Amino acid sequence: MAGVSLHKVRKVYGDATAVEETSLEIVEGELLALLGPSGCGKTTTLRMIAGFVVPTSGSVQIGDRDVTTLPVHKRNVGMVFQGYALFPHLTVAQNIAFGLKLHGWDKAKMQERVDEMLSLARLEAYAGRYPKALSGGQQQRVAIARAIANQPEVLLLDEPLSALDAQLRTQMRAQIRELQRQAGITSVFVTHDQEEAMAIADRIGVMNLGRLEQLGSAQDLYQRPASRFVATFIGKCNLIEGKRTAPGEFVTSDGHRLRVPDTAASQDATVVSFRPENAWLSDAPDGAANAVPVTLKASVYLGPSVEHEVVTAAGSRLTISAPAREDTSHWQPGQALYAQWRVEDGLCLA
Amino acid sequence: MARIPVGRILFLGLVGLIFVFVIAPLVVILWASFFSDRILTFPPTGYTVAWFARAWALQDFASGFITSLELGVCATITSQLIGVPAALAIERYPFPGRETVRQVLLSPMYVPAIVAGAAVYIYFIQVEILTNVQLASTFTGLLIAHTLVALPWCIRLLCVSLETANATSEEAAASLGANKFQTFYLVTLPSIRSGMIASAMFSFIASFSDLEKSLFLVGPGMTTLPIAIVNYLEWNLDPTIAAVASVQIVIIAAALLVSNRYVNLGKAF
Repeated sequence: MAGVSLHKVRKVYGDATAVEETSLEIVEGELLALLGPSGCGKTTTLRMIAGFVVPTSGSVQIGDRDVTTLPVHKRNVGMVFQGYALFPHLTVAQNIAFGLKLHGWDKAKMQERVDEMLSLARLEAYAGRYPKALSGGQQQRVAIARAIANQPEVLLLDEPLSALDAQLRTQMRAQIRELQRQAGITSVFVTHDQEEAMAIADRIGVMNLGRLEQLGSAQDLYQRPASRFVATFIGKCNLIEGKRTAPGEFVTSDGHRLRVPDTAASQDATVVSFRPENAWLSDAPDGAANAVPVTLKASVYLGPSVEHEVVTAAGSRLTISAPAREDTSHWQPGQALYAQWRVEDGLCLA
Repeated sequence: MARIPVGRILFLGLVGLIFVFVIAPLVVILWASFFSDRILTFPPTGYTVAWFARAWALQDFASGFITSLELGVCATITSQLIGVPAALAIERYPFPGRETVRQVLLSPMYVPAIVAGAAVYIYFIQVEILTNVQLASTFTGLLIAHTLVALPWCIRLLCVSLETANATSEEAAASLGANKFQTFYLVTLPSIRSGMIASAMFSFIASFSDLEKSLFLVGPGMTTLPIAIVNYLEWNLDPTIAAVASVQIVIIAAALLVSNRYVNLGKAF
């Protein structure tokens, strides 16, 4: 087992930069998710760790080995691909044994390890089947068993769940998490699905336009997003444009004064953000909290909650989520109300 | 009352006619090879297998048959040796000029065979003038020409085969510790095996039945079966020729059946 560190890696293709200078430490035994929209550089980053892509500059370390230019087959990484990439001409057991054979395991030990992997992936009954006779979820498990059979130092997963339907995806991510914990293997999981990343990872690295925007736990990212991109990419978020004028004071673009937490990060803020569930609507402003006059557009009943869509005088659309048990039926679309949130729930972002 | 599916009946009738049009001449040849009459007459007065024996007894046919068989096998091997690495390079490595290389390798298919045959002949003569190495009317010369005949089939079929084979399974092999050769041998080769067999069969058929490209390149004692047939036809018309053609038809049909077992030929084109 070993951690992985990327030191100022950068990848340029012609005049397109896939990954800007990025440094990243992946702690031994953790599962780190790289999250971002397509084209954000997450897969390129993963492929640099795998060795399929050589960085233009910077270095990659696995444990204390510098592997920057080491070819893939000498790195001892396990990889799970988007379409699983099983060998169609080999059975499930032969697929799992593939890496073991190459590493010269002796026959008895190899058989033992294959059996162990089959039972770990709950595939004992399918050892003799060919991949095309398996369901998507089973192929997925073969791919993972094959990747970890040889006890790699790092497990890399490239959107491994994207080919599965929604229900199976939820099941599989729990299984992947379990397998990863049991093996205690340092893992990097690439996904564009924020819910998936939050459900599976110890830490999440959010990437955008080739840059690592923020690295932290799901809670960090949700409660303390470091940028406008992270705030809007992870969960729903309301943004009000404006400018910080004095410590603890923010003036919206339509001249409304708001109070904000006074932090160093709010120095050159251009936006105040708050989560829909941290805000409420009221008929008259209550002095302690921020209040912005809005017009109610629509209310959508979602079962546990009601989402109110409102719009400010400047035209910003906000979403305010209220527990469904609160009776708000007396509010009609078109009615003038106040959107309110506690000062400490507002976050100033650049 | 059920409607009579006029359109469908017409369609099936047309398909049937096309089959008859294609297959009838072959059936007639196979049939005629057993006629006992010295001059092809219809209806035949009796049947015999003597023409097959006579065909084999004729030096030109026997040696032409052997030469064609040897050429077919050798051209199949050489075209695989060139075709597999070439197709691999074209499909897996994005080097500049890749499309040009593909087109050049496919080009023998587009150039009229008789023109290409003449060009190869002139080239061989030039080589002979410069180096004193004789290529025309030799087995080597014929082999070079037949490799050209076979190569486009290889490239076309192998490229299709590599396109359908999943390139990420090669990456998977690398991540499991396979170097380039192990990846090729353990993953790529098995996944294109059926494409290789099909392309080998097609190469063989193309070489075995080639007439035009060989026309200028054969010489005394070094002739192919199709050319022996043409030479014989100039002066004779008896069932011997039908017997020879029958053998040729059977060999080609066998090759087609084998290749169809490995790839869906309807899908490959």
